[in-house]
Amino acid sequence: MSVSNYRVTVIVRPLDEVVDPEGDTIELGLHQLGFEGVANVRSGKVIEMVVSAADAIHARSLATEMSEKLLANPLIERFDIEVGQGSVTQQ
Amino acid sequence: MKACVVVFPGSNCDADTYHALKEVAGFDTDLRWHGDTDLEKYDLIVIPGGFAYGDHLRAGAIAHFAPAMRSVGEAAKRGVRILGICNGFQVLLEAGLLPGAMLRNDSLQFRHQWVDLRVESTETPFTAACGQGQVLRMPIAHGEGNYFADPETLRQMGHERRIVFRYSDEEGNVDPAHNPNGSAENIAGIIDEGGNVMGMMPHPERCSESILGGTHGALIWRSLGL
Repeated sequence: MSVSNYRVTVIVRPLDEVVDPEGDTIELGLHQLGFEGVANVRSGKVIEMVVSAADAIHARSLATEMSEKLLANPLIERFDIEVGQGSVTQQ
Repeated sequence: MKACVVVFPGSNCDADTYHALKEVAGFDTDLRWHGDTDLEKYDLIVIPGGFAYGDHLRAGAIAHFAPAMRSVGEAAKRGVRILGICNGFQVLLEAGLLPGAMLRNDSLQFRHQWVDLRVESTETPFTAACGQGQVLRMPIAHGEGNYFADPETLRQMGHERRIVFRYSDEEGNVDPAHNPNGSAENIAGIIDEGGNVMGMMPHPERCSESILGGTHGALIWRSLGL
């Protein structure tokens, strides 16, 4: 079975019901800079990787498993996965 | 009492905890590396404070995959007493040995200060030598100690008397003004359903001798020795 390398991005966000002190503080800073029309700032993290998989669907399912087991804590975070089009070189 | 302190890369309270267990409590104590899996002989396993694996991703997130943590999980099932202090508490949460998760302190500041704690339950092996409602003075030192659990979990833990410590004033009044990190219901320490796994954010090992400015931490070791 041939495998390709896919660029995968996992975006981890705090759950809506979880307080996000970092997001609140960023919002405060933006207001202090004069961006008064900014609200609901939430801060998360982006994890990028190159994943070897049979196809993009397989790459996504691997990334989902990684996210459930390690990258996100389901008690406080949710995640979204983006799989790039086509294969890339794994360095 | 045979005890061990599990040392991870990035632990920094391991030596203090070892000293408190060995010299203050008088327990036969070993330091064990995170790669060790033969932890069957211990009656007490302590996961110390620090920044295991640099706290990368989330505090405790990487540490809970360490080989030693498999043995800790097995020991927990056998009823062995497990104590997680500060980062150790975070590791036990990530490992699922205790419910909930830690968020960043609501102040966004690293809080390094003495706090007062009200003992909510003396029916644990870690607090049996304390008085019900006794106020203990201990240091905290953390950036992510903002305890979070869903309302149902909080209600159930309260009902089962599994909340062991709450941040309070020196009279034992629990209120938002004496919550150093935003923790739900001022929670500073909890115990598992089996009653043998406890996590606490304050550092008893830093206040077990009068030369350190306080001795209330020794009550935890005295309780374990009962």
